[in-house]
Amino acid sequence: MSELTLTVMRLGFLAVLWLFVIVAVQVIRSDLFGTRVTQRAGRRGPERPAAARPQQAAPQQQAASRGGGRGGRTKRGAPTKLVVSEGSLSGTTVALQGQTISLGRAHDSTIVLDDDYASSRHARIYPDRDGQWIVEDLGSTNGTYLDRTRLTTPTPIPPGAPIRIGKTVIELRK
Amino acid sequence: MSFNLGNTTISSGGPPSRRNTELALLVFAVLVPVFAYANVGLAMDGTIPAGMLGYGLGLGLLAGVTHLVVRKFAPYADPLMLPIATLLNGLGLVLIWRLDQEPALKPYNAAPTQLMWSALGVALFVGVLVFLKDHRILQRYTYISMAVALVLLTLPVFFPPVNGARIWVTIPGVGSLQPGEFAKIVITVFFAGYLMVKRDALALASRRFMGLYLPRGRDLGPILAIWLLSLMILVVETDLGTSLLFFGMFVVMLYVATERTSWIIFGLLLSTAGAVFVASVNTHVGDRVNNWLNPLELQNGGVTETAQAMYSFGSGGLLGSGLGQGFSRLIGGIATKSDYILATVGEELGLAGLMAIILLYGLLVERGIRTALAARDPFGKLLAVGLSGAFAIQIFVVAGGVTGLIPLTGMTMPFLAQGGSSVIANWALVAILLRISDTARRPAPAPAHNPDVEMTQVVKP
Repeated sequence: MSELTLTVMRLGFLAVLWLFVIVAVQVIRSDLFGTRVTQRAGRRGPERPAAARPQQAAPQQQAASRGGGRGGRTKRGAPTKLVVSEGSLSGTTVALQGQTISLGRAHDSTIVLDDDYASSRHARIYPDRDGQWIVEDLGSTNGTYLDRTRLTTPTPIPPGAPIRIGKTVIELRK
Repeated sequence: MSFNLGNTTISSGGPPSRRNTELALLVFAVLVPVFAYANVGLAMDGTIPAGMLGYGLGLGLLAGVTHLVVRKFAPYADPLMLPIATLLNGLGLVLIWRLDQEPALKPYNAAPTQLMWSALGVALFVGVLVFLKDHRILQRYTYISMAVALVLLTLPVFFPPVNGARIWVTIPGVGSLQPGEFAKIVITVFFAGYLMVKRDALALASRRFMGLYLPRGRDLGPILAIWLLSLMILVVETDLGTSLLFFGMFVVMLYVATERTSWIIFGLLLSTAGAVFVASVNTHVGDRVNNWLNPLELQNGGVTETAQAMYSFGSGGLLGSGLGQGFSRLIGGIATKSDYILATVGEELGLAGLMAIILLYGLLVERGIRTALAARDPFGKLLAVGLSGAFAIQIFVVAGGVTGLIPLTGMTMPFLAQGGSSVIANWALVAILLRISDTARRPAPAPAHNPDVEMTQVVKP
């Protein structure tokens, strides 16, 4: 091999290696500048990124409905996951596997609510013997709302009904 | 995609899944090592090496499998981690194969073995992504993982030391493994699970003493006991690198969990005291420190490995001697392909190449920490920080040791260096990070359409 070829290959390899690094940084850059930063609703102003969200979230919704078809192990039409759809935790999901889900500001809750209007042990969601999911208010200060009614007794959750705790909205989904 | 940092919401404007970006980068990441392979062959024999097609296809196959699995099981995961890991693993294979061409270096034919280990690592990567549907499941095994980590750390005591360090478990007929590499991941799960529950107690229920916040003994007791125990095990096993790794990770995670700077000060004090104590008591570690302080001192009529590594960095210069044209065989010994592989990089690719490699590691760690920022649950945050912290500390310890910044401690460069356990464990580590990142970057589900919303009593200021 001639000296020249080897020199070209040596420098060429370094160039390719650095090109990879630069491309990787470009990917990170698009990740950084492709985001919008908005103050969380309730602290500063009324704006919420919700307006922009449904569009992006459409594929996710499809994915969720597909997931439901496979996971229908327990009962047909039974919800398989709990979704936080509004509030600071929106996007969090918890799989429903027959366990009790506790909600509140306490750190050992299944869903730790970072919500000024939530009590430390606010509510719990659990399945009864027939596999029907029940929501129960645990004596919270500001109450738990199922649809429009404030809960006083443990109540079965109808499919698609929103549960409101302060600014957080929770739904059971298939 | 939207996630919370303090009281702001960050939502992505671009498409949520970056799988096609990842695919393009992966193709790039396979082509770069193939180029390197051809370069080594041309420089050493004047011909394109015969195994090039097979090697390229093998690496491409591994990359393809990982990509398809990520596409199926973690569609919103970070697009950068997988290509970077693939590139580092591929370059490592080429460098090991290049050193195989030096007849003086043992073990012979390390590259095929390393390729097999890489395949096993990818298999574990696939396994983690397929079976670990949600990283929060790991939280249930907080105390079990503590026990498993302790068993993994104690295991090598019962096996004979290799090169002065008892860090190996030899299984007859299979080979030897370094359980410490796996303990690294398992103990991170324990720290994350434990600190998540206890962080408020550690951060708030503390007394102020000389400007530092000291936590109550009962909050700190268990975790300090674990640390002392693992440190003791490691002193018995005379493996300073792993002990430094565990302690560093412990301090990083405590700091992240409690936001108290005093932990950093404590950590630096304790590790300095520990290092000085171990170096003065243990001869194996003492030798290493001596080699670090006086690398040019002649021992047994030769030059130390540390000095040889420095010579190779010097001979490489800014742009390197070119792949296959260096003299890293002079480092000799058994560690050229594992501990000292960075010296080969430094000589044959020069400062420019070495910086590129270190930047790649840096980017991988950055993506890990970014994942931690984006994660919604505290356990995921701590786990991601712990795993990327462990990765970063390991790189610092090895690179620092080879370049003479700190004493050499006998760990392997993740993905790059020869060593089965290291490659397998680090593929698993990347898989867990990808799982957390998939959960974190997943776009928020749309609120269900409900016309009665305004009639519901909603608390909104």
